[in-house]
Amino acid sequence: MQPLLKVENLSIRLPKGSDREFAIRDVSYDLMPGELLCVVGESGSGKSMTANAVMGLLPKVIEVDSGAVTFDGYDLTSLEERRARALRGNRISMIFQEPMTALNPLMRVEDQISEVFLIHTSMSASERHDRTLALLEDVGLPDPKKMLRAYPHQLSGGQRQRVMIAMALALEPSILIADEPTTALDVTTQAQILKLIKELQRKHNTAVMFITHDFGVVAEIADRVVVMEKGEMVELGKRDEVLNHPQHAYTKKLIAAVPPLVSPHRDVRVHQELPILHVKNLCKTYSTGGSWFTKARIVKAADNVNFELHRGETLGLVGESGSGKSTVSRCVVRLLEADSGQILLGGSEIQSLNSKQLKPFRKRIQMVFQDPYASLNPRKTIGQIIADGPIAQGMAAKDALAKAAELLELVELPKTALDRYPHEFSGGQRQRIGIARALAHDPEVLVADEAISALDVSVQAQILDLIEALKKRLNLAVLFVVHDLRVAAQVCDRVIVMEKGKIVEMGETRQVFEAPNHDYTKSLIASIPGANWRSGVADNELAPVMEAQV
Amino acid sequence: MSVQTLLYIGGRLVKGAAVLLVIAIFNFFLIRMAPGDPAQVLAGEAGATDAIFLQQLREQFGLDQPLYYQLWIYVSNLMQFDMGITYRQQMPVFDLIMERMPATLLLTGAAFFLSLLLGILAGVVAAAKHRRWPDSVITVAALIFYATPLFWLAMMAALFFSVYLEWLPSFGMQTVGENLTGWQKISDIGLHLILPASTLGLFFTAVYARMTRTSMIETSRLDFVKTAKAKGMKPSRVTTHHVLRNALLPVVTLAGLQAGQLIGGAVLTETVFAWPGIGRLMFEALFQRDYNLLLGVFFVSSAMVVLFNLITDVIYCVVDPRIELSK
Repeated sequence: MQPLLKVENLSIRLPKGSDREFAIRDVSYDLMPGELLCVVGESGSGKSMTANAVMGLLPKVIEVDSGAVTFDGYDLTSLEERRARALRGNRISMIFQEPMTALNPLMRVEDQISEVFLIHTSMSASERHDRTLALLEDVGLPDPKKMLRAYPHQLSGGQRQRVMIAMALALEPSILIADEPTTALDVTTQAQILKLIKELQRKHNTAVMFITHDFGVVAEIADRVVVMEKGEMVELGKRDEVLNHPQHAYTKKLIAAVPPLVSPHRDVRVHQELPILHVKNLCKTYSTGGSWFTKARIVKAADNVNFELHRGETLGLVGESGSGKSTVSRCVVRLLEADSGQILLGGSEIQSLNSKQLKPFRKRIQMVFQDPYASLNPRKTIGQIIADGPIAQGMAAKDALAKAAELLELVELPKTALDRYPHEFSGGQRQRIGIARALAHDPEVLVADEAISALDVSVQAQILDLIEALKKRLNLAVLFVVHDLRVAAQVCDRVIVMEKGKIVEMGETRQVFEAPNHDYTKSLIASIPGANWRSGVADNELAPVMEAQV
Repeated sequence: MSVQTLLYIGGRLVKGAAVLLVIAIFNFFLIRMAPGDPAQVLAGEAGATDAIFLQQLREQFGLDQPLYYQLWIYVSNLMQFDMGITYRQQMPVFDLIMERMPATLLLTGAAFFLSLLLGILAGVVAAAKHRRWPDSVITVAALIFYATPLFWLAMMAALFFSVYLEWLPSFGMQTVGENLTGWQKISDIGLHLILPASTLGLFFTAVYARMTRTSMIETSRLDFVKTAKAKGMKPSRVTTHHVLRNALLPVVTLAGLQAGQLIGGAVLTETVFAWPGIGRLMFEALFQRDYNLLLGVFFVSSAMVVLFNLITDVIYCVVDPRIELSK
């Protein structure tokens, strides 16, 4: 069989002054008709570069240095712009990572999809309308007729991604390029979208180039896999071979960093002492859009939430977006005011305290935030960032800075970091700084709100190890808000599963994962991509989901 | 228009009326803080400094009454849409304002559309040629017009185009002494309009150009533009159908601000070019301490600001489906 797309010795040069010379270097692989090829790598690996070169979407400052991408007898890297446009969206199309922003907010769904027909075909308006309607049905959107008239903001993330898929498949392209299309979605939505892509791919025999960082997704859908590291292709092979018998050290490292879906055995401790944190009947409601004449939309983000947290314990708070897990964590540290309920910290009620009364309690419960890029003040040095808290609590500036130096050592950063600014550090290093900032108060409770979700998988593993080590060493109680169930299975002693502001299940991690009681928990666990892979079954027992077609 | 929209607009009009009342009261005290009163000005012009004459004038205008009583009379008249009589012309304030209104609206309206058109056009060109010479030329020109004081620009334009080149009239709205009719009259007014309208519009042209340029560049980096390119669209269609519409949203906000100044924002220009509009009326009223007239102009201009704020919000909700009118 002839390859559909042939990437040969492709090198793409980065502008001068970048951290490396080439975005990708000497990359060669084929895409066969009807196959699903996953391109895997961490951020900065250049995994999207080839796809962008194929689509002519490279930023102006980045140019193809050498090599060729052959499609249908043409070299796409040197094809005349007019002819390249005729292929784009027609024979080769693309979907993107962020469904929230990938659609024009001012255009109706119908106009955005039928634009593809308008550009590439001579269909009449009524033909375009009918085809668009049929496409919306194909991608499984509810009430397609109504959907035609909708604006993007009226759709959920999953629905928007379905619209994107409909748009990309409008003219039955030979090649669909999917750039992390499920990364921004919840796990159950992700499972549905992956299933849809796989179904449509088989139905239309489309070749799919699927770019992802998630080996779970690879295990779920790939026929073949390309692994990229710092712009170089380090491994290429059939899915099962690459996943179960990786050859290259980098692939091995990446796969080892994926937490297996088995919760390790943990000692079940019976806690004699009082819980350090005790949340009773916590409620928080958001209402939006209310006015004199219209009814407000009311969302119960925390609906009668009860739990206890003990010293030395990691309690996971899991759920999808909108489940209220972040609201609960923010109420607990009193960044948000709960509507009602009690929060007992070491036996003292803190929910009803005013800000002055709360001050001595603040240092006992500290938070690590999700986005390491946005949570550090860019105008302050690392030393100031860490020392600010203790100084606010009355420590002398000199002592606070000395303490900051100690803390940097604790989170395994050099002391020289004290006088530097946040932008000089990588995401993982910034998250270490965030942890040091939280620990500067010698807290008893650490609340980590999705503290690792913005990081690459190998960096995630390091930060998780660090938090675990610190927890043991300082006898911390950790409330770990997380959407990634693989991570929850690994690090939590107990987990709480939340849905729409309610706790639907709570228990020992192992028990929740192996024998979930609630239907919602079951559906969450069933949706984890690549659930069969690395779930404890021996490597060679991995059921080949689909024969590779190569 | 949905019931909700109408209710919203109704609610805003009620609130707007309350705001106007507060503004009227505030203005009432504000202008009385300036030294002197209309009686002094009139008496001075008549060459009479006689205390009895002054007293008579004050009685005639009701200026001898206590301040709170004057306020009460003013506000209660205003509630009945009566803005009083001008002290000098002895005309109803409302009639006088309405008489001057067309000239001002012509000037400010022309400036408004001119600056919107030119500003957006310049912004789009600058963004399309980002970091190349047309961008630099437009950016520098916009900065200069943005920074130059309006009155100076007006005087220089008059000096250059009227006095030196003798291309355009620099004075008034029509050629004095000629009774032109039909097309001739229109083209005469048009010629008179060019200098004041472009001077008045230059500042906002610069503002719109800068705003459109930045907004276009920012929008063109958004994900949906990438989606549009991936559809195989021509760059020109990407710009007009996807980038421009989104990029114009912040421009609408600014245009609303400018539209609010349609009545009161041309004082300097009207004075320099002797344009017979409301701005000049206000300027004269200020020096003559013609309280009623001044208050009337203030009131009409603030009503205009309130009105255009509302219109801007409604337009915003039409051009951006994500925005719902509420509260």
